Amino acid sequence: MQLTLEFGGGLELLCDSIKIHKVNINLPNESDILTMKDLLSWVRTNLIKERPEMFMKGDTVRPGVLVLVNDCDWELSGQLDTTLEDKDVIVFISTLHGG
Amino acid sequence: MEASEAKSKRAGGSRLCCICNKRRPVLKRPKTLQQICRECFYEVFEEEIHQVIVQNRLFKSGERVAIGASGGKDSTVLAYVLSELNRRHNYGLDLFLLSIDEGITGYRDDSLETVKRNEVQYGLPLQIVSYKDLYGWTMDDIVKMIGLKNNCTFCGVFRRQALDRGATLLKVDKLVTGHNADDIAETVLLNILRGDIARLSRCTSITTGEDGPIPRCKPFKYTYEKEIVMYAYFKKLDYFSTECIYSPNAYRGFAREFIKDLERLRPRAILDIIKSGEDFRIATTTKMPEQGTCERCGYISSQKWCKACVLLEGLNRGLPKMGIGRPRGSVNGDNKHTKAGSTAKSIESKQCGSLDF
Repeated sequence: MQLTLEFGGGLELLCDSIKIHKVNINLPNESDILTMKDLLSWVRTNLIKERPEMFMKGDTVRPGVLVLVNDCDWELSGQLDTTLEDKDVIVFISTLHGG
Repeated sequence: MEASEAKSKRAGGSRLCCICNKRRPVLKRPKTLQQICRECFYEVFEEEIHQVIVQNRLFKSGERVAIGASGGKDSTVLAYVLSELNRRHNYGLDLFLLSIDEGITGYRDDSLETVKRNEVQYGLPLQIVSYKDLYGWTMDDIVKMIGLKNNCTFCGVFRRQALDRGATLLKVDKLVTGHNADDIAETVLLNILRGDIARLSRCTSITTGEDGPIPRCKPFKYTYEKEIVMYAYFKKLDYFSTECIYSPNAYRGFAREFIKDLERLRPRAILDIIKSGEDFRIATTTKMPEQGTCERCGYISSQKWCKACVLLEGLNRGLPKMGIGRPRGSVNGDNKHTKAGSTAKSIESKQCGSLDF
């Protein structure tokens, strides 16, 4: 599955200062569905190069990190249960910095 | 056809925006848990801030107002929204951007570039005031002397004065800052955790310093940080977003973490903490500091010398511990008990979060 991941609000510093990542993700075994939960786990393993606690807390994103799937708040699509499709754009924005 | 239907079904459920009932929702408001579309979000966001301004009588027509601008998300959105509302509702304000250069390499110099772009983008004249000019010390110099603990104490105290000095230079009547609901809830919590009753009684006021040199107000007092970020994102506003390199040890970090966890469970908690803060009443038997003026510089102060003068004196005399910790003598800045040689060590060994002002 081809996805575009964007990191903002300082999160890009955790992935080699690259804001936009175009990735290809294999679906988890025995499943034809990719959820945000699966994606987060993949991101933590493959994209986050330092200080993973800045991005995730437990299974989900650290409180203070906003997630948008196709420019839409993931709170509307079920947060971790959101199902992803080919060519989706997922944006992670951290709010945890000075204003 | 089927694929895009399925996509939009997934995105907002099969629901439509709560307000207009026409468009696909893009955001769930933490304040109200409503699902709203982009256009309605812009409207309610801007309208609510306008109502806060009007109901709290924050401005008078003809006033010169400086916006404390750091290039960060809150001040950028503030500059954008305030100039928009000023136009739309004819507040009659003369708006300026005021930026403080603390002298933090790799952090402040980058964010100042953002403010310079904001000056052009929003057409608002910019004034920059630097710690170096005002105090003779940059934050980089200060941190070299005192180490990585208690930096925020110095920076915060100096910044407040720097904003007032800058406001005087611009000859403005008022200062506005982008402090949002999350910030204020954190501050209420911080003051409770530290037993700082004097600050607790003031920190939820939307306008402060009316008896001082320049009054300052916070139009975003009831605005959620999440919404500010989403507004900036959808409107593609240009802002700078990195954590200050000296901040990881700040005590406020703990309050912030706690507030964010709370918000996840019950988003309304943020506004409710502010409400609790507004309704606190201090026991009449509690002794509160009296307000006077600093003997050295004339700035507002509850002690003989204002905190900035005490800290500066400490820096200039190579006694960075001066002004940090509970006052031992009758007057703060009375440092007969401090040994010059051991100060650098003792400030670093101080437990983070154990400072008291």
